[in-house]
Amino acid sequence: MNRLPILTLSHISKRFAAQEVLSDFHLTINDGEFFTILGPSGCGKTTVLRLIAGFEQPNEGKILLNGEDIAGIPAEKRPVNTVFQSYALFPHLSVFDNVAFGLKMAEVDAQNIAVRVADALAIVRLSDFATRKPHQLSGGQKQRVAIARAVVNRPKILLLDESLSALDHKLRQQMQLELKQLQRQLGITFVYVTHDQEEALSMSDRILVMHNGQAQQVGTPREIYEAPRNLFVAQFIGEINVFDGEITRALGEYQYQAMINGVERDIRCDHRFAAGDRVHVMLRPEDLRIDCRPNVLERKGFPGVVLERNYTGQTLNSHIRLENGQAVTVHEFFDEDDPDFDYSINQKVGVDWVPGWEHVIPAERSGQA
Amino acid sequence: MKVLNFRRVAIVLTLVWLGLFVLVPHVLVVLTSVMSPDPQHLAVWPVTLASWERLFEPVYAEVFWRSLWLSTLTTAICLVLGYPFAYIVAKLPGVWRGVLLFLMIVPFWTNSLIRTYAIKLILGNKGLVNAALLGAGLVDEPLQLLYTPFAVVFGLVYVLLPFMVLPLVSSFDKLDGTLLEAARDLGAAFWARFRLIIVPLTMPGIIAGSLMVFLPAMGMFYVADLLGGAKNLLLGNIIKNQFLVVRDWPFGAAFSVALIVIMAGLLWLYFLANQRINRQGGLDDEGL
Repeated sequence: MNRLPILTLSHISKRFAAQEVLSDFHLTINDGEFFTILGPSGCGKTTVLRLIAGFEQPNEGKILLNGEDIAGIPAEKRPVNTVFQSYALFPHLSVFDNVAFGLKMAEVDAQNIAVRVADALAIVRLSDFATRKPHQLSGGQKQRVAIARAVVNRPKILLLDESLSALDHKLRQQMQLELKQLQRQLGITFVYVTHDQEEALSMSDRILVMHNGQAQQVGTPREIYEAPRNLFVAQFIGEINVFDGEITRALGEYQYQAMINGVERDIRCDHRFAAGDRVHVMLRPEDLRIDCRPNVLERKGFPGVVLERNYTGQTLNSHIRLENGQAVTVHEFFDEDDPDFDYSINQKVGVDWVPGWEHVIPAERSGQA
Repeated sequence: MKVLNFRRVAIVLTLVWLGLFVLVPHVLVVLTSVMSPDPQHLAVWPVTLASWERLFEPVYAEVFWRSLWLSTLTTAICLVLGYPFAYIVAKLPGVWRGVLLFLMIVPFWTNSLIRTYAIKLILGNKGLVNAALLGAGLVDEPLQLLYTPFAVVFGLVYVLLPFMVLPLVSSFDKLDGTLLEAARDLGAAFWARFRLIIVPLTMPGIIAGSLMVFLPAMGMFYVADLLGGAKNLLLGNIIKNQFLVVRDWPFGAAFSVALIVIMAGLLWLYFLANQRINRQGGLDDEGL
């Protein structure tokens, strides 16, 4: 889908006292997309949100909304609304008055307010709760009121600050689905901040991964998961096995031979390398295969020993220690034709992958023997 | 078993204490109020409602309204001064907050009677304020500050301000800053936030502080005695005079009971208001 940028942050830096939270930070968010800022706590993601909302001012840089610099506009006048992590519902006001608050501030007439609040409450399926007070609501209901209170103002951008983190697992999954549907239905740009990578992958059109105040990678969930640009992104999003290797020679365009754990292998990648370059060869647990043929000569891949195997229902997750001491994780789906599919602890196996499934990046740390 | 015994002993002791020093004196005051005055024996039988009837004499009604007015004014000034002060104290980082609260409490180490005398020195014709004004050439002759309603209200505000500030600070402590951000986010500028969020959510503190200023203000006779002269009486002055000067104990007692009833009425209103606010989730909610 081709979308136009609605919000641009350029050259943003933000310091609190002596601590630099963001430095020379750039970000472009497109109109109508579900954009997620993902990172561990303290990475600066909430600061980005607060800069967009207007609760913080950048020390340097520009924030453009539809091409207009909004740096000087106070939070109360920006056409963006926030769903707070703690919901921040006004405890002395009814659900109706909470949702109507923004419209009253905008001096919408009473009749219109009644209609729009009713609509917003219908969208979040809380029509029967208009007269309740926040303390009479469950966590999920409070969450919905907070969303209704924000979207009723028809903001250009809706900011969500770890909005689902206070809910229990099941409710959170349900709300993830609802949020995504809501976003599609309203067509409003959502900027969602979270530290939960699963949540980010399942809801977003695009994800920004942040670490230590730096943008690490921007891309679709698929790009982020399948082609992480660096070790941090690879390890933060899902599980990954990293093999350290060294390029021995080029075989053709984007095809190389590399020495990995003492074994020569062909690898494919979209970087350019020269012989002698150190690389990380990365494989998701579900991309690895275990060869458990009893004859050691027939077995393919890196030899190792089964340390542990966990049955999860969908997959069998095995932890293997390779001969060089490296631990790898392998997730395999059950083969319905083989009811006895399982390994025994200490069983000798080989760990292998289908050529081309690996993802290779230049080495960031010195290789281990 | 030991714990149980201790509890019993504690309850009995408290009851005995309250009975001896609160209930009995109050019963005595109520009894005295329906007796006849007697210069020599202070109060004698027979039972009469004469003292109670005298409460409605216009002279006393005037004092009552005047006293009510001075107390109301004192409360209003304390609120106006104390509200922003409490807000600032509550928002300050730990150390400064402690220092400010400490400074607020320090004057309590000196008896308030002595502090009232000190005000006399400040407001008198040859006091600090007039000396400064004369010295600066702002006035040609000393201003009459002492023995005016102004002096009484000044003294009352000075003595009672901490009682306004402390409950307000605790109310501001409970005020969640995120709610103010949420209000801003929804388009509320400062005054709208103040009117629609800050005031309603600190209402329990406003009511508690106002009562803690208003109720004692009605009775602080020595402040009015020292600073107000003969004209600016409070209800407390009348009661004191009836007991100590006129020696009409039944009338003094009737006045006391009337004052207690008024205060009890106000406390009851406070209780109702608090219940209402609590039901609205003003106090306990969001505390989670």
